[in-house]
Amino acid sequence: MTQATAVKEPSPLAVVVGDCVELSRRSLRHVTRNVDEIIQAFVVPVVLLLMFRFLFGGAINTGGPSYVDYVIAGVIVLSVTFNSPATAVAVANDLQNGIVERFKSMPMFGGAVLVGHVVAAVLRSLIAVVLVIGLGLVVGFRPTAGPVEWLAVLAVLLLFIVAVAWVATLLGLVSGGVEAAGGYATILVFVPYASSALVPPETMPTALRLFVEYQPFTPVIDTTRALLLGHPAGASVWLALAWWVPILVLTMAYAVRRFDRRTNA
Amino acid sequence: MSGGYIIEANGLRKTFGSVTALESVDLQVERGTVLGLLGPNGAGKTTMVRILSTLLKADGGRAAIAGYDLDTQPRQVRKVIGLTGQETSVDPLLTGRENLVMMGRLFHLGAAVAERRAAELLERFGLVEAADRQVGTYSGGMRRRLDLAVSLVSSPQILFLDEPTTGLDPTSRMALWEMIEDLVSAGTTILLTTQYLEEADRLAGRIAVLNGGRIVADGTPYELKRQVGEERAELTVRADDLTRTMATVGGESIDERTVSVAVNGPDDVRGLLNRLADAGVEVVRFALHQPTLDDVFRTLTSKTTEGAK
Ligand SMILES: Nc1ncnc2c1ncn2[C@@H]1O[C@H](COP(=O)(O)OP(=O)(O)OP(=O)(O)O)[C@@H](O)[C@H]1O
Ligand SMILES: [Mg+2]
Repeated sequence: MTQATAVKEPSPLAVVVGDCVELSRRSLRHVTRNVDEIIQAFVVPVVLLLMFRFLFGGAINTGGPSYVDYVIAGVIVLSVTFNSPATAVAVANDLQNGIVERFKSMPMFGGAVLVGHVVAAVLRSLIAVVLVIGLGLVVGFRPTAGPVEWLAVLAVLLLFIVAVAWVATLLGLVSGGVEAAGGYATILVFVPYASSALVPPETMPTALRLFVEYQPFTPVIDTTRALLLGHPAGASVWLALAWWVPILVLTMAYAVRRFDRRTNA
Repeated sequence: MSGGYIIEANGLRKTFGSVTALESVDLQVERGTVLGLLGPNGAGKTTMVRILSTLLKADGGRAAIAGYDLDTQPRQVRKVIGLTGQETSVDPLLTGRENLVMMGRLFHLGAAVAERRAAELLERFGLVEAADRQVGTYSGGMRRRLDLAVSLVSSPQILFLDEPTTGLDPTSRMALWEMIEDLVSAGTTILLTTQYLEEADRLAGRIAVLNGGRIVADGTPYELKRQVGEERAELTVRADDLTRTMATVGGESIDERTVSVAVNGPDDVRGLLNRLADAGVEVVRFALHQPTLDDVFRTLTSKTTEGAK
């Protein structure tokens, strides 16, 4: 007879948590072993910030704060969305190279694969954000936020970062291939450019301005900016929550469900 | 759990769009045996393995693995099976050891046991030296071995191997065969698909031939060989005697000097040679052939494709 592996049956919750931890560890190892991903996550936002600060900084009048104080919130959000293609590609890659088939044949929590990718994406985003803020301080960013505002910024950004990670994961899941995954996720990289990230919407033509004012990235940027500069954030906080809480919940639920379902093909 | 078959499938059906991959498949495997699932490309072997390993939903039919129903108790099924799919499925960015330890933990063996099991399997599959290298740098054969090692992490009762030796050199193939034999003598039940009839002949106690989504034959290698065939006599004659030979004894020509005829026992052979002597044909060379699994395979799979026309 096969040697009985007499392991105590772990509780369902322990299984879910343990599997998520294990596959997060895996995805984090991927991050450290994938040079392209590191460059994407960390170098690009830094270059962007320096470019906006020194190349355009003198030419753009925000009608209020200095340009670096204005643009830093935008670059923070961009540094988050920049991680999306890497996340979507990682998920698509797993599906393509067959390891997901193996995971699905095992008595584990299937969604853990996705959670692992999300955790890695969140970590990359957080490091990028810290990097951008740190560098910002060096090149002239002067926040006036107090501890409460900093905590609020952190909370809003964390929600945003986790939600974007799940959106990217879902894109990887539904894309049906590595190239397509990268392609779809690039949309996520570009939409935030058409926001209040780089220039105040008031300067834009009406049609564009309407899009900018009502798209989901703008309230996150506005909230971050207002809190960092000690301005009242007003309705943008609620708008940000109204967008990103449902986005997070729906994408997460859909992705996990879609992933866990036994395939028909 | 019932004392019946460890794998039992009844009337499994699966279509992909307009392609019928499995029409109605019944399969029984006894505990501790090896079933070889043979069939040409596209016969439905991988589909069968994916259904039995809970990856794919069948459109119809029922199946139970170790007494657990595939539809209602997939989690129980997953605890007792191991799978080596047709495509290797290990993580190329992790090392061999990391892959094994990760899978052990995901089978909830506990950290210490997972480490120990990984070391054991690396040793057994000759991967100790490469253990701490990223799998992306492995050769195809090494990756295949790791893949198999990974599917043994949980010491499964039932192992599904979908063309496990494809892409292996003869030495590695032989080594893998020995490993499979060891597993079986330790009590593991194995369902193996293969294109290599030699492999099925050596490893499988029973063989099922899948063709066009149906099992077209099922039995021990010996029974199958007997079923298709008769022994065959190969008669080599002078080239200008070929037509006369075939007119006398029937059969089919293999080349312009050789005719192959089905025979049934010594009397039949004697009669055959007598008739040729009467016809004045000189037999230059005479050989008797037992049917091989190759013959079984060719006969069965050509019969049904003709039938389908
Ligand atoms: N996911 C899928 N979508 C559509 N068709 C599929 C899918 N999987 C298998 N098929 C079709 O089902 C049939 C059986 O395929 P399957 O992979 O089971 O064959 P196989 O016996 O494993 O072949 P091979 O020896 O080439 O591995 C084929 O015609 C194949 O094209
Ligand atoms: Mg196949």
